[in-house]
Amino acid sequence: MMSRLLSLRDSREATARTARRSAWWQRALPRGQSLVTAIPYGWLLLFFLVPFLFVLQISFSDVEIASPPYRALLSRAEDVVSLVLNFGNYRYIFGDPLYFDAYLSSLYMAGVTTLICLVVGYPIAYTIARAPEAKRNTLLMLVMLPFWTSFLVRVYAWMGILDNEGLLNQALLSLGLIGEPLQLMHTQLSVQIVMVYAYLPFMILPLFSNLVKLDGRLLEASADLGCRPWQTFLRVTLPLSKNGVIAGSMLVFIPAVGEFVIPELVGTPESLMIGKVLWMEFFDNNNWPMAASVTIVMVALLIAPIVYLHKREEKALARAAQR
Amino acid sequence: MAESSLHQAAKTAGAKSYLQIVDVVKKFGDNTVVDHINLSIAKNDIFALLGSSGCGKSTLLRMLAGMETPTSGKIILDGEDITALAPYERPINMMFQSYALFPHMTVAQNIAFGLKQDRLSRSDIAERVERMLELVQMKKYAHRKPYQLSGGQQQRVALARSLAKRPKLLLLDEPLGALDKKLRQQTQLELVNMIEQVGVTCIMVTHDQEEAMTMAGRIGIMSEGQLLQVATPGEIYEHPNCRFTAEFIGETNLFGGHVVEDEPDHVCIHSTELPRPVRVGHGITGTMGMPVWLSLRPERVGVSRRQPVASGNWAAGTVGDIAYLGGFSIFHVRLDSGKVVKASVPATHWREEAAPTWNEPVFVSWTDNDAVVLTQ
Ligand SMILES: Nc1ncnc2c1ncn2[C@@H]1O[C@H](COP(=O)(O)OP(=O)(O)O)[C@@H](O)[C@H]1O
Ligand SMILES: [Mg+2]
Repeated sequence: MMSRLLSLRDSREATARTARRSAWWQRALPRGQSLVTAIPYGWLLLFFLVPFLFVLQISFSDVEIASPPYRALLSRAEDVVSLVLNFGNYRYIFGDPLYFDAYLSSLYMAGVTTLICLVVGYPIAYTIARAPEAKRNTLLMLVMLPFWTSFLVRVYAWMGILDNEGLLNQALLSLGLIGEPLQLMHTQLSVQIVMVYAYLPFMILPLFSNLVKLDGRLLEASADLGCRPWQTFLRVTLPLSKNGVIAGSMLVFIPAVGEFVIPELVGTPESLMIGKVLWMEFFDNNNWPMAASVTIVMVALLIAPIVYLHKREEKALARAAQR
Repeated sequence: MAESSLHQAAKTAGAKSYLQIVDVVKKFGDNTVVDHINLSIAKNDIFALLGSSGCGKSTLLRMLAGMETPTSGKIILDGEDITALAPYERPINMMFQSYALFPHMTVAQNIAFGLKQDRLSRSDIAERVERMLELVQMKKYAHRKPYQLSGGQQQRVALARSLAKRPKLLLLDEPLGALDKKLRQQTQLELVNMIEQVGVTCIMVTHDQEEAMTMAGRIGIMSEGQLLQVATPGEIYEHPNCRFTAEFIGETNLFGGHVVEDEPDHVCIHSTELPRPVRVGHGITGTMGMPVWLSLRPERVGVSRRQPVASGNWAAGTVGDIAYLGGFSIFHVRLDSGKVVKASVPATHWREEAAPTWNEPVFVSWTDNDAVVLTQ
């Protein structure tokens, strides 16, 4: 191993030397590989970082009756450029329990959605991944089938199912299981059901692409060493699919936190979620700076755990390499 | 030689067999992959299943491990019928062809994997892992992940993992197949030493005859799902029982012919490829006139310029190719019948005179005890 590390370093030094030897203009131009990696970075820069900076800027501004309805941060009066930052929005967000509650209920809702999606999606992804190759594509198509119809139409369909006169209540009534219709629509439950439904494919797909790579011989080795199937699952399959679980959970959790449409259409009017708050600040109150501040806090809430997880992973890798 | 082989056979039959494979058949659909195999193996034997790729060796091994279920037949280990047991219930461990080490675990965790399943105490596990690491000389690497190891090191970890539970039977599927040739030769005896050190009954599967001959005490030759011959490496080489085995193991000259004289202590075979009947100094179970094959190993064939005085067991020809291999040379002698006979002659044979060269007329000869009659 030692020698392998050494040889690795040698080869790296060798490439460094050739790089040093090449002409200045060759060095100035990005090489093929860095060009390729530059594309996704450029994409993120253009469509994430730039809009984010706009929003960040607006969040430190004040409302103004103008178009757009906020004051520019930089102003010029008599050759003096002045920068005025307004932290009032943030103070307001942290001061008013309404926002805190909205964040909390959104995080809670997204968390529960993620958990249910994981519990429901994992067996589905596992079954598809273990299915014979010929069947796999058909099953994957079925998972993605809902995307062929508009999201709104699908939510309306759920309204038709969960309504007091909806399919579910009628079925339960005609079976005699209930005496009068259950109040399903406009409850936390209905929001939860529709959110799980809407986000499930985003859990299944990354899990599938992870599980399909799982080497069947590892499962056989585990059985050979004395593990029953469920023990093999806990000791081999689950740890090895960690990255799929993380990817799927993020793909569900992050958009679910800001979800606006589902609570609006099937939720209760009194439970306020952060997506709804955003909407109200933006469109009802026409308060762009406040809406921007709400967004920035939400992004910060989402990014913090991701950065933490990433750092921990890096440290673990570094520790492994040191040994 | 024939006597000692009989003696050996009697001995192995007499030894109490530890593992018994009784009339095992495995079919995948209509495809019979393992075809009525019977085999018994004594305790602490190292047994090799040798056969070309696709002959069903791995399938037989996987049935022993419990990963495939026999279509019919029984497997008995240490007096217990294990045919219906699940892999995790069998006191058998396997070292996989590709090692199948758990990539998310360190070397030590891989070795401890099966022990945790046995509900051993933490200190017992640590001690056994330690001992296994010592056995395979991987102590320094206990905390590495598999991807940080070379092929040879991975192989040793896989061995340690499969030995850690002290199985009654150790299965090795192409144990050295993933290593390059040089490392493979080095590792063969090392592996045998480790297995003998712990004293475990072992069945290995390989398509490499050198590997089987070096490592195993007994070898079973497999072809198309059938077990053709089971014997020690020496017996298999000197007394193959069929044409497939004779050709599969080492080099040989084969002559088609039929029996013209059948006595208890010798037979004479007439072959159109040889000028006169060949006398072979062992009896066969056969009848007059039955078609047979003669197998004559190259190192049993002598080459000389003088015509042999014996009445039989020689033929005239001319030297075709000569492969010079240092300690010995292989002469390809073309007989008058057109048949080419390979003769491997040690260099020391040519002390008095120069070795024959291309196109020189020579005589090839052998004794009564050199040729083997194959009735199948
Ligand atoms: N699960 C299976 N399904 C169908 N055919 C199989 C299966 N496993 C093995 N076979 C077939 O059985 C034959 C023997 O395979 P195997 O035992 O792996 O051979 P070997 O190990 O001797 O190379 C091959 O022709 C292979 O295609
Ligand atoms: Mg095989």
